[in-house]
Amino acid sequence: MSTANTPTLELRNLEVAYTVRGIDREVLRDISLSIAPGEAYGLVGESGCGKSTAAFAAMRYLPRNGKITGGAILFEGKNIVDMADDEVSSLRRSAISMVYQNPATALNPTIRVGDQVAEVFQLSGISKSDSLEMAQAALVQVQIADPAQVMRRYAHQLSGGMAQRVVIAMALASNPRLLVMDEPTTGLDATVEAEVLDLVRELRRDTGTAVLFISHNLGVIRHMCDRVGVLYAGALVEQGATADLFNNPSHPYTVGLLRCIPRGGLHKSTDRLDTIPGTPPALGTHFDGCVFASRCSLADDNCRTQLPQMVTISGAHVARCFHSDKAISMPRSIEQTEFVSQSEIHATHSGDTLLSINHLSKIFTQDGHKVQVINDVSLNLGFGETLGLVGESGSGKTTIAKLVLGLVSPEEGGVVTLDGKGLAKTLNRRDVHDVGSMQIVFQNPDQALNRRHSVTRIVGRAVERLRGFNVSDAIDRAHELLSGMRVEASLHSARPVQLSGGLKQRVAISRAFAGSPQIVVCDEPTSALDVSVQAAILNLLVDLQKQDGVSFIFISHDLGVVRYISDRIAVLYLGRVIEFGTSQRVFNGPFHPYTEALLSSVPNIDGSIRKRIPLTGVVPSPSNPPSGCVLNPRCPRKAGSGYETLCETEEPNLTEVEPGHFMRCHIPVANLKQLQS
Amino acid sequence: MSNEERRTIRRERMQLVVRNKTFLVGCSILGFWLLLSIFGDLIAPRGASDQDFEFVSVGPSFKYWFGTDANGQDVLSRVILGTRLIVVMAFSATTLGTIVGTAIGLASGYFKGKFDMITMRLIEAISAIPVLIIALLAIAALEGRSPTLTVIVIGFVFTPNIGRTVRAAVLGEAELEYVAAARLRTERTPHILFREILPNVLPPIIVEFTVRLGYAIFAIATLSFLGAGVEYGSPNWGSQIAENWGNIYSNIWWPTAFPALAIASLAVSVNLISDSLLEVFEL
Amino acid sequence: MKQFILKRLGLSVVTVFLVAVIVFFLTHILPGNVARQYLGRGATEEDLAEFRRVFGLDRSLLAQLFGWIGDLLHGDLGQSMQYRGPVSDILLPAIGYSSKLAGVAFFLIVPISIAGGVIAAMNRGKKIDRAITVGGLSAAVIPEFVWAIVLVLTVGVTFHIFPVSAFPDEGDRSLLNQIWYLILPSISLLLVLFGYIARITRAGVIEALESDYMRTAVLKGLTRRKAVSKHVLRNALLPTIAVIASQVPYLIGGLIAVEIVFNYPGFGTILKGAVDARDYSVLQSGVIISSLVIVIFQLIADILFAVLNPRIRQKVSE
Repeated sequence: MSTANTPTLELRNLEVAYTVRGIDREVLRDISLSIAPGEAYGLVGESGCGKSTAAFAAMRYLPRNGKITGGAILFEGKNIVDMADDEVSSLRRSAISMVYQNPATALNPTIRVGDQVAEVFQLSGISKSDSLEMAQAALVQVQIADPAQVMRRYAHQLSGGMAQRVVIAMALASNPRLLVMDEPTTGLDATVEAEVLDLVRELRRDTGTAVLFISHNLGVIRHMCDRVGVLYAGALVEQGATADLFNNPSHPYTVGLLRCIPRGGLHKSTDRLDTIPGTPPALGTHFDGCVFASRCSLADDNCRTQLPQMVTISGAHVARCFHSDKAISMPRSIEQTEFVSQSEIHATHSGDTLLSINHLSKIFTQDGHKVQVINDVSLNLGFGETLGLVGESGSGKTTIAKLVLGLVSPEEGGVVTLDGKGLAKTLNRRDVHDVGSMQIVFQNPDQALNRRHSVTRIVGRAVERLRGFNVSDAIDRAHELLSGMRVEASLHSARPVQLSGGLKQRVAISRAFAGSPQIVVCDEPTSALDVSVQAAILNLLVDLQKQDGVSFIFISHDLGVVRYISDRIAVLYLGRVIEFGTSQRVFNGPFHPYTEALLSSVPNIDGSIRKRIPLTGVVPSPSNPPSGCVLNPRCPRKAGSGYETLCETEEPNLTEVEPGHFMRCHIPVANLKQLQS
Repeated sequence: MSNEERRTIRRERMQLVVRNKTFLVGCSILGFWLLLSIFGDLIAPRGASDQDFEFVSVGPSFKYWFGTDANGQDVLSRVILGTRLIVVMAFSATTLGTIVGTAIGLASGYFKGKFDMITMRLIEAISAIPVLIIALLAIAALEGRSPTLTVIVIGFVFTPNIGRTVRAAVLGEAELEYVAAARLRTERTPHILFREILPNVLPPIIVEFTVRLGYAIFAIATLSFLGAGVEYGSPNWGSQIAENWGNIYSNIWWPTAFPALAIASLAVSVNLISDSLLEVFEL
Repeated sequence: MKQFILKRLGLSVVTVFLVAVIVFFLTHILPGNVARQYLGRGATEEDLAEFRRVFGLDRSLLAQLFGWIGDLLHGDLGQSMQYRGPVSDILLPAIGYSSKLAGVAFFLIVPISIAGGVIAAMNRGKKIDRAITVGGLSAAVIPEFVWAIVLVLTVGVTFHIFPVSAFPDEGDRSLLNQIWYLILPSISLLLVLFGYIARITRAGVIEALESDYMRTAVLKGLTRRKAVSKHVLRNALLPTIAVIASQVPYLIGGLIAVEIVFNYPGFGTILKGAVDARDYSVLQSGVIISSLVIVIFQLIADILFAVLNPRIRQKVSE
């Protein structure tokens, strides 16, 4: 019997375990939280913290080897732990729905999308024809233009954002009282993510559904949720109203987490990122005392042996810590790198520009069509400088990296010049010294390191080939490099699969530095890593730059990270540079309309509301770019600018609108400044 | 996951293979036949062509455990002595096919382009001819009475399938960034193919080898049953059955049944091994 | 869609042409061999020359190849060396018989194998899964002739349940009775082909059961049973179509041994006879016809797959 005060969802001392190889491993430890009707509760944590398990537990959907070992899950007051299967199915049909990551795979590839949405209605007894109509209405509700056409499509024909809207429509079709969302926007482009999140907020307002929102992204959580719970190693370490928790974090883990995120305003030249030493524990590790003790700078023996209870900080704000009062001022933890530089082997350089990219273009052939992926890109990079490349999917940022490195050869007319010397178009024709001068760290270390080779061999071989050392000298140098990057000697003979993500990336960085490079391209080097590990890697890169004078081309979709680490930034859209300038300029304005929209779509951790400049419409396909300025069909500043016709017919050039600041826009920068203030 | 845990998982996997019942059963039976193929000469009580005219077509008895056939020859000895031929032939044919198939698969998967297109067309064409038929044809055309010829023909016929499997694996591997990383340290193609990519496609190749081995036994037995590819009078299991199976209507089952059992158990043992490997490697 | 079909058709034609070339060159690897092979050691030079003239073997290899292909396209399968008559007279009736056997076998194999795969997948890890998977594949490596003989021995001779020849030669020639006679040989083929098809079907069903869209269906509130029937089967059957097509060559190859054991005057028996007598005309044409059948089945399977798989169907129609 639920009254207005009964929480929609309550987890009471919930304990969940997975049985792995015969042993029960604790995945959720004594979790207690409650979500009031219409409230949005955010559950935040890094990988392995158990947040997805919590989400699935709320749906009573655990994997075959999972079981609830204690506590209760109360939906509107009723315990669903021991409910019969058909009752649970009934709940799912009418009261609780779920949306999760990877919308494209969540939809059946062989059934039309519209039929899948209609299925929800049919389950509650509505006739087939009526359910199709209602399905179409549901698509309208999630702001899909032309729903009739979308209904007839198949999953693989939808873009990521569109697919997620369909999944949300399907979830809301049953008018649920609780909507569970597990990383719903991870993997979507920033602007698309912002749109989906806006949609969710609106729908929440309209329907009054309670939401359990799960994410690793603190900014998104802050933006979307009324209350927040921080999960670490399966335990809820802190919980409270969003503003309270973010303004006054009272658990060392929360404090550490907030500190290691590069927020707006921080820059590598003045600030160093905090790290949380160690790595997040594997799912199911056993702890005697506090789950966080092994990584906590405030931990004492008591913490390691006794389990702390929830302590009230103020009102509903609680933290599970013996030292919660000292948390916010806990000592900073910053690691140093002991890298042995070998920069003296470079000959004296000429001029200020290390790398010059001129008129690079690239056309790929896909299914018989010619697709212009990169269109006349020109950039330059100085010594000891970091150039950030920012752009969404389809912008061509990875292709530029490949062109620069010679993995892919540019079209006629494109030239890459390194330290005054023009480079051959293909890798095979470049001499060893040049090849060693430009290296790359890839996003996914699982694929970038040969899983059959030992760490020493991976780095040693690179030293052998790029520096011309003999095998034993190369191995010695490999040990040196690895230790300098804080990969302990005991791990040097290990294979990549035995290392954590952060360590693997350090190995990849060691390999990149094997040839004493002048430029290292970093292609989303931290995107696959947890936030706490990311900070350590970013610090490492900054240190390497300081000590060695190496330059970076840093590619990332994470604007916060790019802003922190870059000296200059180039913003890419559809294979073109549309803005280029110092980090300061690009992030503070005046902005190119696209940059403006992009920046406004990133939710801030400090909670400040940035005015959302939406980017309407869909990202055009590179095989069929719009005429005139490629942004014009979606440009938020085109209408009313006075330059509409020009925008639609002529492509603007990249011009210097302020010293060192370039923009590709017809609208004069003075007008933009005015519009944007 | 701690490093300790990772190392334990690897050890556990190896133990899974060794302790897997299927694997053990398969290995024991295969081991038995391998021993027989090596020491057959010493174990067999009588020679392959020794004839005892007093005991023609006599059922299993104390003197002749598996009975005698229509020529008065000891079935037991002939089964034992026939082991070496089929085992050696099957292993050789499979090894040949695997080596050539791997080479083709590596080249096709890595270089792609025209070479790949032509190779795939050829592979498709060869696959459109049933294995047995193409073997029969080749052996007939080449005056086939020699086991070596049969080995080469079967090896050749296996190449397309193995090539296809290796190619698919290589296509997947070549996209991974460690290959690009190798190019970025000036590695040349042979190194990339053999020291970078090959070690990673080795597991599927090994499994494919064991699968093909089973089919090699299948093919060689059938070919010898059909009278192709083996010398007259050699005590191989297939022709033993071919000579004697007509007599099952007169209830003389033993000269047929025992070689048949031998073929079945040898083939199944190899299959159990490849099955258990498939399971462990989750292919 | 039409373009896709035409493209696949074109590829099939290329494949058949390549097969013809391969078959021809296999037969004629050793020059001058054909005549000598056929006539044997005792042949005189004159006999050889005359033989070569009659069968056009005195032309250049390429001329022979194109001559043969030309004839094939006209439906002329050549002249049998054994019978000095048209090959078609020998092959075509035999193919008719084999088609009946293959047909009965096919109708046994496909439903049983698919059912086996589905049952194994739905009971994953349990005894019946192991039995079907391991048992099926073990049975598959035992040659058909061994199965055929074992079946004849046990079911036919010892227990008299089924007839031991495949050809009802006296009395009841009705279709039903013919099928009855064909059951035992079909079972021999079933035992060999079941394993692989069941295995691939099983893998397809498991993949569908563990997929994200299956999870979505369950979380939507569908009962597991409904989710399986509505969402899983249609996705799982796609790889099954491909694997069935890939097994057609093994079916045809298996016919040879089975027909011999069951005394059936089918394609396999004729082929074996041709091998023994070194009748290369029959061999060449026979092999080409069997390959043609295989390629046609491949083509049908590919088109079926494209029609049922929206990914390909949509891509193709844009």
